Parts: sequence; C-alpha cells; structure tokens
Amino acid sequence: MSENRTPLVEMRNIYVSFGGVHAVENATIDLYAGEVVGLVGGNGAGKSTLMKVLSGAYRADSGQILIDGKRVTINNPRDAKVLGIETIYQTLALADNVDAPANMFLGRELMTKWGTLDDVAMEAASRKVMGRLNPVFKGFKTPVKALSGGQRQSVAIARAIHFNARILIMDEPTAALGPAETAQVRDLVKQLKKEGIGIFLISHEIHDVFDLADRITVMKTARMVGTVNKDDVTTDEVLAMIIGGTLPQGIAITNAYTEARV
Amino acid sequence: MAEATGVPGGGTGSLAQQRQIGPVRAFMNATEIDARMLGMIVALAVVWIGFHIMSGGVFLTPRNLWNLSVQTSTVAIMATGMVLVIVSRNIDLSVGSLLGFLAMVMGAMQTEILPPLVGYDFALTWIITLAVGIALGALIGALHGFVIAYLGVPAFIVTLGGLLVWRGAAWWVASGKTLAPLDSTFGMMGGGGHATIGATASWVIGVITCIGILVGILNGRRQRQRFNFPLRPIWAETFLALVGCGAVLGAIAVINAYPMPVGLARQYAAAHNIPWPDGGLFVSLGIATPVLIAIAAAVVMTFIANRTRFGRYVFAIGGNPEAAELGGINTRWIIMKVFILMGVLCAISGAVASARLNAATNALGTLDELYVIAAAVIGGASFAGGIGTVPGAMLGALVMQSLQSGMQLMGIESPLQNIVSGVVLVIAVGIDTAYRKRAA
Repeated sequence: MSENRTPLVEMRNIYVSFGGVHAVENATIDLYAGEVVGLVGGNGAGKSTLMKVLSGAYRADSGQILIDGKRVTINNPRDAKVLGIETIYQTLALADNVDAPANMFLGRELMTKWGTLDDVAMEAASRKVMGRLNPVFKGFKTPVKALSGGQRQSVAIARAIHFNARILIMDEPTAALGPAETAQVRDLVKQLKKEGIGIFLISHEIHDVFDLADRITVMKTARMVGTVNKDDVTTDEVLAMIIGGTLPQGIAITNAYTEARV
Repeated sequence: MAEATGVPGGGTGSLAQQRQIGPVRAFMNATEIDARMLGMIVALAVVWIGFHIMSGGVFLTPRNLWNLSVQTSTVAIMATGMVLVIVSRNIDLSVGSLLGFLAMVMGAMQTEILPPLVGYDFALTWIITLAVGIALGALIGALHGFVIAYLGVPAFIVTLGGLLVWRGAAWWVASGKTLAPLDSTFGMMGGGGHATIGATASWVIGVITCIGILVGILNGRRQRQRFNFPLRPIWAETFLALVGCGAVLGAIAVINAYPMPVGLARQYAAAHNIPWPDGGLFVSLGIATPVLIAIAAAVVMTFIANRTRFGRYVFAIGGNPEAAELGGINTRWIIMKVFILMGVLCAISGAVASARLNAATNALGTLDELYVIAAAVIGGASFAGGIGTVPGAMLGALVMQSLQSGMQLMGIESPLQNIVSGVVLVIAVGIDTAYRKRAA
C-alpha cells in the first residue's frame, strides 16, 4: 500500500493482560481502506484479543487506536459501532432465543413513531440484506437456535454489513460453513473490499488468507512477529512465521508505524 | 423444527406445502397459535372440568369463578414481573416478603402517618399511600438490582437475603400489630362487595377489549401489507377474532352472572330507592377491581416485554448475555430495571392484598414467592433464560389458584393440597421440558 496515505485504522503498542497473563504485548497493526489484512497465528496467539480491543469488547491496558489518523477511545462495543467498526465474532454472538431480524438489529432496533419496536420494518430490512447474502435463507421468524450453522453465520455476517461498516473484523467467518457458503463469503469479502471497506480477517485457514488478504500479520504468543505483503511470501514462509516466529530473509516488514520507529 | 422454518410467514406457505403437513399443522401455522399456550389452556380446562365433576358441580359456577378471579389477582400481578426476572436468568425469592413489608408501610401510611395530618378518609389518602408504596417498592427493587447487576452477587442469594430482611422489616413497621381499618377508597382495590364495577361497566370493558382485538388484527395486517409480506388467510383472521372476542365476552357474561349476596343487595336497593322484590334482587357485581388491576398489569407488561427495546433486551440477555453485551446493550442497567419493575409490581400486589383484608398484617404474602415463581414457570418461563411469556404466567397463576381453590371446595385438607400442588408443578415443568427438547 502507498506510504503517504493515512491508514483507516492504526493500533499502536497495544497491551492487554488478564490477571497477570499477557494476552497481547506491544501489538502494532494497521489497515487501509479497501484492504484485507489477514491476522494469523496459533491458538492463544492473541489475534482475537487484539481485535476485541478494536471492537470494544476488551479494553487495552495501554496503547493507542487511531481512526483516519485521529486518536479515538473505544470503551465498549457501542463506541466501536459509532466509529463504523463492525465485528463478526468467532462465537457469532447471537441471542439464540430471538429471531434473525431481532439479532441483526440487537442494540440498534428500528422504532415506530410511537417509540415501539418496528418488527415488520426490521424483518423487511433483514430480508433485503439476506437476499444479497444468502438468497435461500428463509427462517426469519424462528429463533436462531433452530437455524443451521451456516444460516446462523449468515445472520452474524448480515448484522455486520447492514450498518454500512467502514471497518469489518471477521473472526473465523467461515468456520461453520460448507464449501458453497464459504465461497459465498469469499465473494462477499472481495465485494466489500471493492466498496472500500477495510477488513481484518482472522483465520486458521492459511489458504483463505492467501486468497483474500493483501497483507498478512502474524502473531505468536501475544507478540507481533511481523506484517508482510502477501505477494512477497510463500505459504511456507508464513507458516514458519506462525510456528517459529521468524521473519523470512530479505522481506520488508510493511508496517507503517514500525517502520517509522526503526 | 428445521422443516417448519419456511412455513410461518416465511413466504413459502404454498398450498401444496400446507397439504403436505396435514390439516392440524396447517391450521396452527395459518393462525400462528402457540402450541404451548394452547396446551396450557387445555390443561386448565381439564383441571376445571375435573374439579367440576369431582366437587359435584360447584366449581364451574359464576360464584366460584368470580372468587377464583379475585383470589388469583395478587399472585398474577407479581407473576407478570417474575417472568422478566426469570427470562433474564435471575430469580426473585423476596417478592412475598416485599409484598408484606410494602403492605405494612402502606397500612401505616393510612392508619398512623396520614390521619394526624389530613384526617381519616381524606380523598387523596389512597393515591398518596399507593405512590409511597410504589416508590418504596421501586427503591428496594433498585437496591436488589444494583447488588445483583453491579456488584455481581447472585440473584438467588440477594433475594434470599431479601426474603428474610423484608419479612423482618414488615414486623418492625408496627411491632407486629395488625394495621386496620384501611382508607375506604384504598379498600376499593381489594374487590370486596363495593369494589366491583357492576354489569354495565363490565360489558363496556368487554366491548372495548373486543374492539382492541379487532384493531390489533387489522393493524397487524396493515403492517404486513406495508412490506408485501404474506398475510394470514382471511378465515384464520376471522377465526382468531371470533375466538378472542367470544372468550372475552363469555368471561364477562360468567362474571356478570354472579349476583351480589343478599345483604349487599339490600343495601344497594336501599341506596338506589328500589323496592325489595319478593324473589330477591339480582344485581351483578361485575368485574372486581383486583382483577382489573391484574389484567392492566398483564397488558402493560406484555407491551413492555414484546414491543419495547427494554423488553427485547431482557430476552436477548436471557438468550446470550455475552451477545447482548457485544451488541452494545447496557446489560447491568437492564437487569437493575427488571428488579425495579418487580418491586413496583410487589407494591401494587401488596396494596391489593391488604385492601382485600381491609388490614395490613406482617404475615401478608408469606410463601407467595413460591406461587409466583410456580406461576411463571408453569406458564413456560425457563430458568435457562430467554424464554417466557406474560400471558403464560397469568395462565400459570390461574392454574395454581384453580388447583388450590378446587381442592378447598372438595374439602381436601391442606397438607394434601400442598402435596398435590408440588407434584403438579414438577409434572407441568417436566412435560414442558420434554416438549421443548422434542421441538428443538
């Protein structure tokens, strides 16, 4: 990515610990508009924790977050959403007992002029988004508990894209999906990218990441290993970063902030 | 359940599909009647008819049903709030004690605090008393809710403490004395002979309710038309309207068939300058005020549960607290508000209970928490959270009260009554759990 553009998101020197256990140490990562950054690493590497800081689920002990070059404070999920940050959580974060429209609008319900829930309008909006995302989806009136894994994932994705996100965090978005649905999500990512949305993609599936990401950031045991351009590396080199924590020879680390510090 | 996902309002309710799923299922889908609710109504009908036969034909009489409606009120009022407490994965064991304490405070207001200031039977005594009771109920509910939501002490423990604390406090209000008599206007809330609205007003309420049902159905259709959603078939709408209005008007006809007892009727005749006829005077009591209060509570609480953001959040928190938090919902404040609401309902229930006795005693509401919780649970509320309905809890309260009063009618001694009630509670929830497992 060009150096003189302002990144959409910058997270600088983020530290997160839970009762003495360091989950994220000195993590620095950035993301440009219309870019997909793949975030990879082993279990417990701190990927999800770092992203949860951005989505407001956790608070960082220290560090800075910049959106469009301006410092912001994100204390809770609501703050993040106001900033245009939407998240598809690994657990999907759905209320199983209510239906798809209620989940899509959870915390941001459409109201009638009487100040009551406008369930019909919410259902209509859900049908519209779903028509684009998963045209065969039918269970608008059933609790999401009764839906299949793929359908539930569709609901979580629909919720994230409905509110005109500028920054999308996808934590294992294809984990519960079959091949056809996975392909759909890939198409969706490419389409959202074209629309200028910046996407953080967390995935265990290294091929997904290579297919979709522009840059790849690797984390290992709570620390950053580095960020590389996808086109500069092979999957083996990335695997070496994940497992061994070593940077490949002669490859530039394309992390704007790190470079500025060096 | 998975096969049915496309059917209710899913836009694919084609005729071919309806034929496949059989007439009963098609009927249920078209009318969108909740199977569990229907099951409860059937269960209630079985209980009623059973008692009617076993008691030699005295259960299904206007007199008994009228009394049943009044006896159910106090538990039903609190059950509407207990539903939300249970839906949000909490429990409130303190409601009976809180009822007793608030009733004593309201009793003291009327008998000891206000009279020196404004005299007895001051026109505003009842409303000041009620306002104080409700405010105090809200405050105590807020205290429970704060400790539960913000300090993280389990609701079971906080309200178990509350059960002891408020029962003790109820004694303390008047050092165990009974406070009586209460303000006469306040006493109207209890539904004694004078505290009913009469036949005409009862019919008016019935007709207004029917109009409400029709407007609701029409409005629902209009809303769905707005977005070109599939509509319920006309016959299904008509059926629902007829059953709804029929049930309301039928209930009122039964209530109105219960006349004033002779003594009251004589007073009434004297007051209205009606000569006393030889065959006795038939004057309908009409709906009793506690029943009206309970119905009003149910309507308001149903509205809150289904049509407001707050209600939606309570259910979302019950379904998945983490998801609610990530959705940006202030879950702690919502839980606190649930307990505030519960406190307010305890105050209203306390007013009704003491007004019925025309006295406040510190034992008022003893063991009510168990009946209230039982009502909510029989009505389909699940301790796993996220599931429960206000009308279900009302029906649950009616089932519990029907059992009790039916057994009393049959002269069954009270230890056996308790045994039967306990067994029925476990069986009812057992059946519901089995049904839910199959459905999911």
